Amino acid sequence: MTMNQMKTIELDEGWNFMQTGIIKLKRILEGNQEAQFSSEEYMMLYTTIYNMCTQKAPHDFSQQLYDKYKQSFDDYISSMVVPSLREKHDEFMLRELVKRWTNHKVMVRWLSRFFHYLDRYFIARRSLPPLKEVGLVCFRDLVYQEFKVNARDAVITQARHFLFWCAYFSCIDVVPRFILIVLRQIDQEREGQLIDRALLKNVVDIFVEIGMEQMDFYQNDFEDAVLNDTAAYYSRKASNWIVEDSCPEYMLKVEECLKKEKERVSHYLHSSSETKLLEKVQNELLVVNTNQLLEKEHSGCRVLLRDEKVEDLSRMYRLFHKIPKGLEHVANMFKQHVTSEGKILVQQAEDAATNKAEKAGGAHEQTFVRKVIELHDKYFEYVTDCFSNNTLFHKALKEAFEVFCNKTVAGSSSAELLASFCDDVLKKGGSEKLSEEAIEETLDKVVKLLVYISDKDLFAEFYRKKLSRRLLFDKSANDDHERVILTKLKQQCGGQFTSKMEGMVTDLTLAKDQNSHFQEYLSQNQAANPGMEFTVTVLTTGFWPSYKSSDLSLPAEMVKCVQVFKDFYQTRTKHRKLTWIYSLGTCHINGKFEQKTIELILGTYQAAVLLLFNSSDKLSYSDIKTQLNLADEDLVRLLQSLACAKYKILIKEPNTKSVSTNDSFTFNSKFTDKMRRIRVPLPPVDERKKVVEDVDKDRRYAIDAAIVRIMKSRKVLGHQQLVMECVEQLSKMFKPDFKAIKKRMEDLITRDYLERDKENPNVFRYLA
Amino acid sequence: MTRASKRKSDNHTSPSVKSARVDSVRSASSRAATKVQERVDELYTKYANKSSSIIDPDGIEALCSDLQVDHTDVRILMLAWKMKAQKQGYFTQDEWRRGLKALKVDTINKLKKTLPELEREVLKVENFEDFYQFAFGYCLTEEKQKCLDIESTCILIDLVLGLKYQPQVDSFIKFLQSQRDYKVVNMDQWTNFLRFCQEISFPDLENYDTCEAWPLILDNFVEWMKQKPNV
Repeated sequence: MTMNQMKTIELDEGWNFMQTGIIKLKRILEGNQEAQFSSEEYMMLYTTIYNMCTQKAPHDFSQQLYDKYKQSFDDYISSMVVPSLREKHDEFMLRELVKRWTNHKVMVRWLSRFFHYLDRYFIARRSLPPLKEVGLVCFRDLVYQEFKVNARDAVITQARHFLFWCAYFSCIDVVPRFILIVLRQIDQEREGQLIDRALLKNVVDIFVEIGMEQMDFYQNDFEDAVLNDTAAYYSRKASNWIVEDSCPEYMLKVEECLKKEKERVSHYLHSSSETKLLEKVQNELLVVNTNQLLEKEHSGCRVLLRDEKVEDLSRMYRLFHKIPKGLEHVANMFKQHVTSEGKILVQQAEDAATNKAEKAGGAHEQTFVRKVIELHDKYFEYVTDCFSNNTLFHKALKEAFEVFCNKTVAGSSSAELLASFCDDVLKKGGSEKLSEEAIEETLDKVVKLLVYISDKDLFAEFYRKKLSRRLLFDKSANDDHERVILTKLKQQCGGQFTSKMEGMVTDLTLAKDQNSHFQEYLSQNQAANPGMEFTVTVLTTGFWPSYKSSDLSLPAEMVKCVQVFKDFYQTRTKHRKLTWIYSLGTCHINGKFEQKTIELILGTYQAAVLLLFNSSDKLSYSDIKTQLNLADEDLVRLLQSLACAKYKILIKEPNTKSVSTNDSFTFNSKFTDKMRRIRVPLPPVDERKKVVEDVDKDRRYAIDAAIVRIMKSRKVLGHQQLVMECVEQLSKMFKPDFKAIKKRMEDLITRDYLERDKENPNVFRYLA
Repeated sequence: MTRASKRKSDNHTSPSVKSARVDSVRSASSRAATKVQERVDELYTKYANKSSSIIDPDGIEALCSDLQVDHTDVRILMLAWKMKAQKQGYFTQDEWRRGLKALKVDTINKLKKTLPELEREVLKVENFEDFYQFAFGYCLTEEKQKCLDIESTCILIDLVLGLKYQPQVDSFIKFLQSQRDYKVVNMDQWTNFLRFCQEISFPDLENYDTCEAWPLILDNFVEWMKQKPNV
């Protein structure tokens, strides 16, 4: 058929024709018996529009047709759709809505096809919305408008079983009634009732589709209402639960609710709502009630920690992890708990110490360190398991340990205790009999604990002292272990920390080597040979702790030994000076007692005392003192060990418990023991005071050096900043106190390293 | 002396005469100046040690008695400051001349009369700090001495600050005498005590902050003050 020669169609005429098509469409939609459009019918309708739009003016009816297109929808919706919705309620209304929407989409599809030609040129030319959009918007505007209802009215009319809605609805002003119905459905499902999820999904889809690519409808109209409703719902629930439930029970409920809400979204809400919805729930259930929940008296965080409820704690972590700043409170309570546990251990050790008043360095100290290690293991596991290795909790653990690990226990600092503990593990005859593996593990843990101790330099000094004793008196159980722990310390604290100690261990190896050379020398030079077994250990002064060397008058037998070694040493090296430390020596002497000869193993000083009795039967205190050239404090100790201790090798007159300067001594020929060889120990001097003094001195130098270093590079610096940087530089080894730093600064000012700035007395300058 | 007598006053205004008149004016003032100088030097000689030609402690004592001022009086210290004297107990000729010239005096009486004015001058804000620091340095008698012993410090601080800041000085002296940590005081600590008196409210010590760069000795002083029961 030819289109070209159609006669002009008038508007009314054309429109009437279109109306027939529209009416037919309506009947189809209403479900009335009606055949589908045939292709001819469709073509006719389309062509009519086409012609009416392509006719020459004034018969170009595009605008009018556009308007009438819209009008058709308006009419239909007002006359058919809205009334049908109006008479329905609740679920039925929703169903009707879905049905009407589906129909509407069909109507839009068909009508826009008929009127398609308008889309091609007219709307672009006039910048008008396309047909589809026009159609959809009609529905939205009319249906919405119609059903926008004052929420309060809605409630009054629909009160019935849904009284619990009243409180919340005061905050929502105007909401389409069908949204109210949806919200009610959701809440019903929350209460455990079954609802038609598919229906809700369809309703929600309307909001999405109506937005036509934009989500603002969904979000502004629908989603907001859902979020508010959700918040109100959970707010009410929370107020009840927080009072009635224990913390673990509450948390379980929260987990459950979050799970359900997530499911809800996947079933019938748009996926974009998930985050916002869960956030609302979390806010009402957790954020609002954080303190109340965590601090519940009989079931809160503290109690869970105390009762080791790891599962509940893990849940707590999972829940609070998602809310901002949620974990801070939990971490804080964790820290407090660990700190108090630690303090209990400290108290226990203190109590044990006062009970066993006399025993120094007793088992309670080992127990304390062991318990601290166990505590650390336990709560470290909490951090890795329950708290997912979260940095907040690592920090809490660290801070807790730093608090109680730096407390003094029964007069000993933690640095000393730790060093003693190591000594016990590493020496022969230590209190713990551990397997190889266990030893390495224990050493590893001890080194880890060192991190928490602020006086690391004090630990180093005590460790060094004890190490020297182990090495020199052959008390070290295993060389490998000694080296292993030094490696670990080096890794953790740096090379400077362990350099001297490593030097000490090496010295001994070298000394053994040197000794074999010495023995060779002796065998080759028979004349020089002193006639008794004699070994010398040469130590490098810088590595070893400082030892007092006193001017002991050596017994004749020993004098020759010393001389021989001096000669030998001269052949090896000419540039070193030897200082003899007799207090560290060991002698084996045969005591020819009446009953039997017993070999005595004792210190050189003790041996010197006994050898005097080879030439005299009885000696007074002053005799001995003069002959040996010793100080009182040393001599008293020596004589005590020989006359008043376990083995009475000398008899003291008068027979009192301790040695005084008026006593006299005789050789106890009647002495005997079941053993053939006995060790006569000399109780060690308390080194603690000296160690602390030495460390204090080193610290003064360290602070001086740090201040000078900082000022040299900065030239000018404010007081506070100088102090801060100083503390930081030194933090690896110890925590300097501000007074000490100020004192050193005063000193440096006197020595012209620093001066105060003329203008600002709080600022210092470096004087080159 | 004879120069002046050689000049004849002339009424001519010829250049040579004019210069002669200028010269005469100049010579008149220089005549006067020389006279002053003479008197100053005479005075110096009166007190100086005959063999060393320097005023030594004995000379100073004599000077003090002539001035009717005790030789431990702070005004002698002020005089030393004016002279910029280097060594405690001694005045060199240069110092003597410098001081007396600055004070514009050349006799004992004039010197005596000018002492109150000297005091006022020293107490002026712009001078006092300088005087205060000078006092400390003046007391360091040995070469390369940097610090002053506690006893001397107590005496000096009372002398120099006693009137102006009596309560602080009294407390500080008590503190210095009772503590064991410090046996000497250095210039920095000395200087900061003045600042302490000027800036810190006393005796409540409200605005004292140990975190600031006050010398430790003052931190200890404040701590001591806060611990002892109210006087």
